[in-house]
Amino acid sequence: MKLDFESEIPIYIQIAEALEDGVLSGGFPEETQVPSTTELSVAYKINPATVLKGMNLLVEEGVLYKRRGVGMFVQSGAESRIRAKRRQRFYESAVAGLLEEAAKLGISREEVVRLIQEGSIDNGH
Amino acid sequence: MAIELNHITKRFGETTALEDISVTFGENRIYGLLGRNGAGKTTLLGLITNRIFPTEGQVLVDGEPVRENDRALGRIFCMSEKDYYPDGMSIKDLFRWTRYFYPCFRQERAQALAKKFGLELKGKYKDLSTGYRSICKLILAMSSGADYLLFDEPVLGLDAHHRELFYRELLADYGDEPRTILLSTHLIDEVAGVVEQLVVLKKGRLQLDCPTDEALRMGYTVSGKAVDVDRYCQGRQVLGMEQIGGLKTASLYGERQEIPPELECSPLELQRLFVKLTGEETE
Repeated sequence: MKLDFESEIPIYIQIAEALEDGVLSGGFPEETQVPSTTELSVAYKINPATVLKGMNLLVEEGVLYKRRGVGMFVQSGAESRIRAKRRQRFYESAVAGLLEEAAKLGISREEVVRLIQEGSIDNGH
Repeated sequence: MAIELNHITKRFGETTALEDISVTFGENRIYGLLGRNGAGKTTLLGLITNRIFPTEGQVLVDGEPVRENDRALGRIFCMSEKDYYPDGMSIKDLFRWTRYFYPCFRQERAQALAKKFGLELKGKYKDLSTGYRSICKLILAMSSGADYLLFDEPVLGLDAHHRELFYRELLADYGDEPRTILLSTHLIDEVAGVVEQLVVLKKGRLQLDCPTDEALRMGYTVSGKAVDVDRYCQGRQVLGMEQIGGLKTASLYGERQEIPPELECSPLELQRLFVKLTGEETE
């Protein structure tokens, strides 16, 4: 993953999302250790305090937990927690945004539904 | 533990290089010292390392004045852009002398770094290319074991690969053994992720001293119809304005509040934020 310093999304959140992606893809299975702050700091070329901030966010959200003197581990149940959170966000950012833009352009709900049904993930671009 | 500058002013004859600077470089954090050429970055580092003396004010290292204080100076390593080494000194001697001045010098680390960077230890310092002179000095700094590492334009003359290597090795060391690091540079893009705190100088004055993420969050642009943009900008810190036809774009610094719907808001690119913060006033 590449960090985007010009994004609206703060770097520590981008780091947290990269770790979440790792959990979702199976790269970091539940109850296994994730890379250390130093490893991530070197890999992404960012300050370890930023990495720690991202990790602490995931601790608060029940995705990671700390084993004192060992490091950070993936909580059991983390994957479903991440999916639930991302689903909620998918609705808020993607669906709500879509309906808002459609309303601005005068596209009816029925038309939006028809467009979605006709479209598929492959021919989206 | 900290390096503190208290109301530092430095004049060279008629020229004021630094004016009333008060800033603290706290324990185990990485600072970015940014500013354009001539902003006073090198002067500030010279004052910290007692190479030059302030006209007014005081520099304290761990609460002690740094002036003529060998003990305090032994805890600081400053990698300068200029070379202060005697002509004809061999690289091996340079390592030897550094070890003499810095008892915590880590010989093994120095050798490992030399290998990673491809620095040949045989030969004379003056025969090295610009890039390898920088590399040699970086290796000495990173191996010095000093509590405070100051770097003046550390990546000068380094190619992209070596620059990456430097930042990664610095972070790896820092992760193992945190210390206070100052990176003086004008390459904000490269250090934005690495530095926790930004200290920006502009014409000898302290322009900004804040956490990096805060600076990133505070820089933004609004664009829209000239009249709307002008109205929004009133009473706010405007860094710059650009106009193309009836469309105006303003760069601002501050908390983004109540942006009216007729204006488009977007983050300010890092390099532009830096140029705006350190450059000439447009108005």
